[in-house]
Amino acid sequence: MARDLDHALKHVPLRAPAPLYERPQPPKGVFSSQRGFMRALGLVAVLLVAVLPFMDASRYTMSIATSALIYVMLCMGLNVVVGYAGLLDLGYIAFFAVGAYISGIFTTVLGWPMWAALIATIVACITAGIIIGAPTLRLRSDYLAIVTLGFGEIIRITANNLKITGGPSGIHGIPTWSFGPWGFDDGFNLFGIDFPERVVFYYFVAAVVIVVGVIGAGRLAKGRLGRAWKAVRDDEDAAEAMGINTYIAKISAYIIGAVWAGMAGQLMATHLSAISPNSFQFLYSALILMAVVLGGMGSTPGVIIGALFVSLAPELLRDFAEWRYLIFGVLLVVVMLFRPSGLWPATAVLPWLRRTRPTPPAFTEATAVPASVMESVDGTPTTEAHEGDRA
Amino acid sequence: MMQLIWNGLIVGSFYALVALGYSMVYGIIKLLNFAHGDIYMLGAFVGFFTLSAFGISNETSIPLLLVVLLLSMVTTGLIGVGIERIAYRPLRRSPRLAVLITAIGVSFTLEYGVRQIFGPNPEAFPIRLESSGFDVLGMRVTASQIVLVVIAAVLMLVLAHIVERTRQGRAMRAIALDPTGAQLMGVNVDRVIAMVFFIGSALAGAAGVMAGAYYGSIDFLMGFIIGLKAFTAAVIGGIGNLYGAMLGGVLLGMLESFGSAWFGGEWRDVFAFGFLILFLTLKPTGLLGARVVERM
Repeated sequence: MARDLDHALKHVPLRAPAPLYERPQPPKGVFSSQRGFMRALGLVAVLLVAVLPFMDASRYTMSIATSALIYVMLCMGLNVVVGYAGLLDLGYIAFFAVGAYISGIFTTVLGWPMWAALIATIVACITAGIIIGAPTLRLRSDYLAIVTLGFGEIIRITANNLKITGGPSGIHGIPTWSFGPWGFDDGFNLFGIDFPERVVFYYFVAAVVIVVGVIGAGRLAKGRLGRAWKAVRDDEDAAEAMGINTYIAKISAYIIGAVWAGMAGQLMATHLSAISPNSFQFLYSALILMAVVLGGMGSTPGVIIGALFVSLAPELLRDFAEWRYLIFGVLLVVVMLFRPSGLWPATAVLPWLRRTRPTPPAFTEATAVPASVMESVDGTPTTEAHEGDRA
Repeated sequence: MMQLIWNGLIVGSFYALVALGYSMVYGIIKLLNFAHGDIYMLGAFVGFFTLSAFGISNETSIPLLLVVLLLSMVTTGLIGVGIERIAYRPLRRSPRLAVLITAIGVSFTLEYGVRQIFGPNPEAFPIRLESSGFDVLGMRVTASQIVLVVIAAVLMLVLAHIVERTRQGRAMRAIALDPTGAQLMGVNVDRVIAMVFFIGSALAGAAGVMAGAYYGSIDFLMGFIIGLKAFTAAVIGGIGNLYGAMLGGVLLGMLESFGSAWFGGEWRDVFAFGFLILFLTLKPTGLLGARVVERM
């Protein structure tokens, strides 16, 4: 009997009940998913970075653009520590200093080639991350903040006092990259466009490193380790109870932050070819933290926006330069009070993708549900369906 | 040797005064007030501003110093209360990270606000203490140094009296133990916390004026390092413990004094921060602090 019924209904088109009211059309194309849109946005950003030297290759533009990119790298590194793992690091600039000084000392005093110095820089940063992190990461969050601040000052004062770091005047004449006979200093001619200055090359090198750094940090945050970081940030005890080794998670965040900062320091040292202890004051640690907080802790687009704002604002607004620290300080308080998740929060959903329940039309006689619809909702096929079948 | 101890004692009494405010605020609402060092700086600048407004410079009178000291204490105390009201109170239930970041923002605002008003260059403090001294037990002591140490000691005694003997002090200790419980017992928590901020900031302001008179020059960043040092002092003594803060301050002053004599003055700060890290990793509760079991 049931089988007969199945057979009889085989060709009856099953119709979903008509919607009670019009639903909004889902967005199409790159706008249809958060991920796709963010990727497209990232691609546009990378293209913009790549095209900039072809529009304005003046020494000044390239110089501030390179500095801005280095800021982005630093902020992405700090974002791993503060944004993902929730460890407030107030001496972050120390790792930047370690990277800059190690590459400076190895290339000038010891005369190593740049690639070897780069490896030494990374090794030194990992070591510094472990040395600073190992004893302090068991501490409470606020103690950690002040200990890292102390470490930052120790590194700066040590660089200021030692002979090998050049004392207060720092290290000069850090060489640039060279491959055999050809170095970045020599310039290059591509498709008839002259790239005379090493500045442009540094811009490209920095751009590649930073793009890799940004994508790398973003990918790490999505993986197993990244989820462990966020769990530790949200509730350390609960994370531990779930089987996460919180100490390993924290120290790996610290080491990755250190490596990111070290790479940025290496780029800075070769870009400016001179470094001095004054570039590694607490002020800069605070500025990087501000960029991360203003942009949105744990949010890649937010942190990039914050980094660009903090590094470019004094260049673009000359009059503002003198007031900037005061304004940044006030902004920091205001953001924390009124929008603690920052300009572009990590949990942000694109406005057109936000799922809102469509407001049902007011219930009137005209919009009342017709009897036939009610029947189809009940599951009994309506007479029209049978008629359609026969026709 | 004795000279080193004496110098350490003077610097240590400044540290202790600032550390007291740190320690009190931390003990009561578990907030690391980064802006505390900058309150010290504000104290010095309030003194500078009032004295300059009356056209006083190169004065050596000690009664005048006391008047300025009181004025600065009241002003910085009120500023401290204002900061608590605007920046910290709305965030009292927020995660720690948010409050810490706010405190850094406040610190920046104070530093660079003062820089915008008074300019980036160091200013000469209008009251200079005379440097004629006498020898006691093989150390050189000046009358003004004695005055500074006595003022610091008196302030600490007054504070100890307030915390241990008065009704308000009992309320403070109750909140430090259990804020919710204290509130249930009828303690006006907001008012007591505001009072703690007033007292702590007033002490830091007093230290600022004294440091201005002692060193003779003030600048807008003078609070940063001393804030760190005072925190170190508070940690050495055991944060949240008043006598610990006093002991830690004096001890840190001596350690620095000996450290710079042995390793050279340029390593003084490294020495102090090294001690901070050592203490935090080996004995985070400090010398006099109670063991804290904590659920973050």
